[in-house]
Amino acid sequence: MMIYLPIAEVSVNLFLLLGLGGLVGVLSGMFGVGGGFLITPLLFFVGIPPAVAVATSANQIVASSFSAMLSHLSRKTVDLKMGMVLLVGGLVGSAFGVMLFNHLKSLGHVELLVRLCYVVFLGVIGGLMLFESYRAIRRARRAGGSPVYKRKQRNWIHVLPIKMKFRTSGLYISAIPPLLVGVSVGLLAAIMGVGGGFIMVPAMIYILGMPTKVVIGTSLFQIIFVTAFTTLLHATTNYTVDMALAVLLLVGGVIGAQLGTQIGLRMKAEQLRILLAALVLVVCAKLGLDLLLKPAELYSVSTLDRL
Amino acid sequence: MRGLCILLLLILSNAARAQQAGEEVVLGLSQNRVSISADFDGSEILIFGAIKRETPIPRQPLEVLVTIAGPSEPLVVRRKDRRFGIWINTAANQIDSAPSYYAVATSGPFNEVLRHTEDLRHKVSIPRAIRSVGAPAEIGDSRAFTRALIRIREKNKLFQMLEGAVTVEQQTLFRTSISLPANLTEGPYRTRVFLTRDGHVISQFETEIDVYKVGLERFLYNLSRSQPLVYGLLSLAIAIAAGWGASAVFRMLRQG
Repeated sequence: MMIYLPIAEVSVNLFLLLGLGGLVGVLSGMFGVGGGFLITPLLFFVGIPPAVAVATSANQIVASSFSAMLSHLSRKTVDLKMGMVLLVGGLVGSAFGVMLFNHLKSLGHVELLVRLCYVVFLGVIGGLMLFESYRAIRRARRAGGSPVYKRKQRNWIHVLPIKMKFRTSGLYISAIPPLLVGVSVGLLAAIMGVGGGFIMVPAMIYILGMPTKVVIGTSLFQIIFVTAFTTLLHATTNYTVDMALAVLLLVGGVIGAQLGTQIGLRMKAEQLRILLAALVLVVCAKLGLDLLLKPAELYSVSTLDRL
Repeated sequence: MRGLCILLLLILSNAARAQQAGEEVVLGLSQNRVSISADFDGSEILIFGAIKRETPIPRQPLEVLVTIAGPSEPLVVRRKDRRFGIWINTAANQIDSAPSYYAVATSGPFNEVLRHTEDLRHKVSIPRAIRSVGAPAEIGDSRAFTRALIRIREKNKLFQMLEGAVTVEQQTLFRTSISLPANLTEGPYRTRVFLTRDGHVISQFETEIDVYKVGLERFLYNLSRSQPLVYGLLSLAIAIAAGWGASAVFRMLRQG
């Protein structure tokens, strides 16, 4: 059954969209990722215009992160103060990101920018994850124990000015690094239509030195507000948020997420990570090939007014 | 003197043609409104009509052309080129105005049914329906961009050249059906019917088919344009409600 999407102005198979939402939901439930980095490229593949895909998946991420953040709030694993600082940076980055997005759109390079960002980030993250989990599996085989990461006590972060106390995280550091992390995640959220958790979580652990138990909740807190802001910016400047598309993806997504959580509970963490890494690399390779191989149609058409 | 004679002859022959053109189109459409609803999957429009005339049927065969044109808009056509190993848009050309949809149905081979000069005057064929005045100096062949536009839109069934799709019976009745694809834009679709003899247009008729989104599609589209902030907030509210609602429902299911 075909359904006509009012904003994207294309007709797409209803079950394809539901299935897509479901698939991403399963993955996000299994791996605990937002799924934004998968849903946007998948939407490209089914023929949704890139601008609509990016804006709508930002909306999608708000939904999938919201219920997760609620449970983290009730467990008090959200550092609200750190979240606010990250958020301020995120809003600034998001505003810049949408401006950059609109500017490049008028030059006709937006698709290239989005695809390049995806290839680079998915490639790096996927590669790192694959490497990490390969090492973890080998170490587990040799020693039989789980690896222990040591938190760095002092580094260059501790010499920067404007120090703040983050009680929940037990940190006394400058506000500048969290702000910068926030800005870069906001930029990515606007350009790629992703939450940016896959960048922010490592940054919080390795750069800011936050304890792992508050990292996920705090990043979800920041992601919800930044993606909500991004959705609003795209909706008011580009008119590219497609509510019908978002609802369909949501319906598939929430059901898939519950399924995925059940599957995830029955698998080993290392296996999950390797699977996720492989998936990320496959998407990355597909997008990369599209850039490298000679396209079948060299020309493309776009309208002038709604660029 | 000789030139004047030829001119006079031309005027006379034109006048004669105008006289014999006492033929008019009476048109019927299967629908003069196309509603894009949520399950819109394209539409077929049946165009039929008769020729009203007071004089006997001339010997030359009558040919019929039908065109449907969607709302026109300026476009940008971009060409990719290989730079630093990847394919990126390098050249762009602006098309001043091109219809979002354009179909031509004829009763015979286009070049026999309509003369080139008449095509220029009435802008019937697909390339004539596209207006591209000038290209920037750095682009040598602006026509390649226009050709690309036609190629892309023909592939999406947005441009259609349907030669021989109009059936004419006894020089009086004609009918054709033209399909509208699912990815239509809104607006008035200008529909023209030309009657030709010997490649000359002897009569023409024009009407409009309205293509509009209806129901929820209409509501969402209008809201997103007129109240973008409300629209954005509403999509967020739906997202949050769905995320929260789903986890609540599943929690209940698991407990119950």
